[in-house]
Amino acid sequence: MTVRVQTDDFDAGAEIARLRAADRAIGAIAAFIGAVRDVNDDATVSKLTLEHYPGMTESALDEIVDAAKARFDIRDVLVVHRVGTLVPGDQIVLVVVTGAHRGMVFDACEYVMDFLKTRAPFWKKEQRPDGERWVEARASDDEAASRW
Amino acid sequence: MRDCVPHAVRLRLVYLARLREAFASGGETLEVNASERPMTVADVVDALRVRGGAFAAELAPGRAVRFAVNHRVARADAAVSDGDEVAIFPPVTGG
Repeated sequence: MTVRVQTDDFDAGAEIARLRAADRAIGAIAAFIGAVRDVNDDATVSKLTLEHYPGMTESALDEIVDAAKARFDIRDVLVVHRVGTLVPGDQIVLVVVTGAHRGMVFDACEYVMDFLKTRAPFWKKEQRPDGERWVEARASDDEAASRW
Repeated sequence: MRDCVPHAVRLRLVYLARLREAFASGGETLEVNASERPMTVADVVDALRVRGGAFAAELAPGRAVRFAVNHRVARADAAVSDGDEVAIFPPVTGG
């Protein structure tokens, strides 16, 4: 299990290749990438700042990954989440789930993202033409997490 | 008769994201007088509300605020002890 919080960009292909090279029992990989959009709620976004809670961020992600591994018959989970200043087009988050078979990897990947969106201590601040604005949490994210 | 000596509970408070800006502070050390019953996160919030201003506005009943005690997600009824770190923040928006 690997959880990383970093400012640097990530290379999903390289991460997947590394996971596969280390475990020949992997028969299935599911991955999710979140990226910065240039428009949110009808306003142009020129910059996105990701704040986090140092000391809690990694442990909160560890707990989510532990829960996914306990619930789903999968082999491993990788989560990489960027922090700092990003611009439209930048990658924000990578979740990779590996398993022997495809049966569980899709659900496990969605589960990790649903709980990352509602429990991991990150906050986004947008730079818009009329000033800065903190992104607000969505009820749909809480609903998505509650269905598990 | 029992000897009740009131003592202070010393907490490290951390304010994050929009609340850090609203409170104009990233955190502080707070001393709260202990009472007979165990102290909770709600007691800490009450102690901050009485300051008025941004604390009263942002921590008013019904406002969407989340908490962590020693880096674990906590509800308002969670217990806090001397030396704990209590973080107060808006609903998270990562991913």
